[in-house]
Amino acid sequence: MADDLLVATKVRKEFGGLLASDDIDFTIPRGAIVALIGPNGAGKTTFFNQLTGVYKPTSGSIVFDGTEVVNMPPHAITALGIGRTFQNIRLFSQMTAVENVLVGMHCRLRAGILGAIARPGRVKREEAESRDRARELLVYCGLPRRHHERSGSLPYGDQRRLEVARALGTDPKLLLLDEPTAGMNPQETADFTAFVRRVRDEKGLTVLLIEHDMKVVMGVSERITVLEYGAKIAEGSPAEIQADERVIEAYLGKGAAA
Amino acid sequence: MSSVVDRARARLGDNPNVWLVPAVIALGLLYPFIEDGLQDLPLIGDFMPTTGTVVVMIAFTMMAVGLNIVVGYCGLLDLGYVAFYAVGAYTAGWLASQHFEQVTFHFGSSVDNDQVGIHVTMWIVLIIAGLLTMLAGILIGLPTLRLRGDYLAIVTLGFGEIIPQVVRNGDSFGGFNLTNGTFGIAPIDPVGFPVLSAIGFFPDNFQQSEYRERWYYIIAFLLLLFTIFCSVRLRDSRLGRAWIAIREDETAAAAMGVPLMRTKTWAYALGAFFGGIAGAYYASFKSGAFPADFYFNISVFLLCMVILGGMGSIWGVVVGGMILAYLNFSGLSTIGSKIQEAGAPAWFDPPKYQFGIYGIIIVLMMLLRPAGLIPERRHKIELEEGVHDTPFYDVQTEGTLTDRDRGND
Repeated sequence: MADDLLVATKVRKEFGGLLASDDIDFTIPRGAIVALIGPNGAGKTTFFNQLTGVYKPTSGSIVFDGTEVVNMPPHAITALGIGRTFQNIRLFSQMTAVENVLVGMHCRLRAGILGAIARPGRVKREEAESRDRARELLVYCGLPRRHHERSGSLPYGDQRRLEVARALGTDPKLLLLDEPTAGMNPQETADFTAFVRRVRDEKGLTVLLIEHDMKVVMGVSERITVLEYGAKIAEGSPAEIQADERVIEAYLGKGAAA
Repeated sequence: MSSVVDRARARLGDNPNVWLVPAVIALGLLYPFIEDGLQDLPLIGDFMPTTGTVVVMIAFTMMAVGLNIVVGYCGLLDLGYVAFYAVGAYTAGWLASQHFEQVTFHFGSSVDNDQVGIHVTMWIVLIIAGLLTMLAGILIGLPTLRLRGDYLAIVTLGFGEIIPQVVRNGDSFGGFNLTNGTFGIAPIDPVGFPVLSAIGFFPDNFQQSEYRERWYYIIAFLLLLFTIFCSVRLRDSRLGRAWIAIREDETAAAAMGVPLMRTKTWAYALGAFFGGIAGAYYASFKSGAFPADFYFNISVFLLCMVILGGMGSIWGVVVGGMILAYLNFSGLSTIGSKIQEAGAPAWFDPPKYQFGIYGIIIVLMMLLRPAGLIPERRHKIELEEGVHDTPFYDVQTEGTLTDRDRGND
């Protein structure tokens, strides 16, 4: 389909004898918010890591915005326009919040080695502009202060927000959020859900999230894909997924659907 | 009150005050001229190194600053940095000595025109040595930098052993004498100002100059300043941020669009560049390159300088480098003779225990001040952006850097 931003076909990943992705077919329509759910160990993060180039699929194809990305290194995929956050926060903890976002902007900046040493006007301007933009992104993501604090010393919720700001720094077309509300309280979770919708609308992004909190998933996503034991077992709108017997079985056990 | 102290300390940490840098530079440049006066001082006078010793100290500090790019910024443990020193020194040997007697080629050199061999002016040799060493860094880096942590350290250790062996046995590559084997290449041409000397004052040839040490000192000092300048600029650039990001979390850095191989290779190449220049300059100063100079212990010695000063902290590495180089080339023997004078038994000779002493220094540093004498401060006051945040200086961060970054990933 012309309007799919990402098309994954028969993606398969084997770790020795373990089948982590079982010929998954998966598409993300441009501009949508799509969720990937499933019980622990269902292979959600593994699938994520294949989209971003951390793992190479055993077989299958992943086409992002018209480009096959299966054999690309992670940084090249990021440059194409896939930005991500991590399930267990992976900030550069000794760097400041602004510097974290600046690293995210790495592939959008030009300055080279001689530019870094001689620092001509062009490089100075780029540096100043990118710093301003990084600060704007931080404010946008709900971090109005503490831009020059070591990111490792920020409170947990702020670190989560900083991860999103850093991912937005890569100027993505597709934003991948790996359990973004893990560890948040209900109020923070509600705020974050609203924030995801706002990012999509204002920045014209497409969002794929992995989430455990059903309230978030059902509230924010337009389409849900359910994985179990590495295989896709259901796909559809939140209402369809809530009624799907196989999904209920996967989550609550056999007999619960009856 | 304490916040004022903290802030002052934080600024001194990585960004010395505006007046401190010019003051140190001025004092440094003056040293050869006040050396005699300093040596006449009571008590401490005997501990003042000669100008020639300081030239050697500076050359090694330059190498430590170069190594700091690899180890301190990018977090790549390199145990074979001596290889870059060797490449730089032998480049000087090839391009500025009588070694290649098959040809006679002179270009702006200070030596007599009838000497056989290639004699390019040292100024160009320094640049070529830097570039050639950079190339060596890239060649060594390409196959090895895919490795992480301890594995990389072991492979670099291997390269650090291979190059001295090649040098030692390189007197017959298929009959071609590349390195003159165990005898080394000597004499290597001096630095000089063959063109400027026409107007007087500037010597044509440092080795023959009345003020040999002083001239070598001033140029060495300027080279060190250049190295520090580049190092600071690189740290505060897009590339420097990418290095530190890789040091902190390689996977996250790649996911944020940092090309790992290219960025690491640049760290290696630029670290090597300064090592090569320092090696070539030092070879010219002592007028020779000998295989015995490039043992593994030099790599460890340089690494100790970086650790003592504070990994990633430029000023720390400069201070650490100067201290260790001083102890190695002058301080320990002075201390030894003082102890002898004080009546210690004849077998007690501190210079003999140099590596034991460095070992103790490293152990003490790791126990008491694991982030180094002047720890790296990642967070700087950014006056132009205002200080509306809570104080950025976080005492708790002290010492966490090295634990996290080294060896337990």
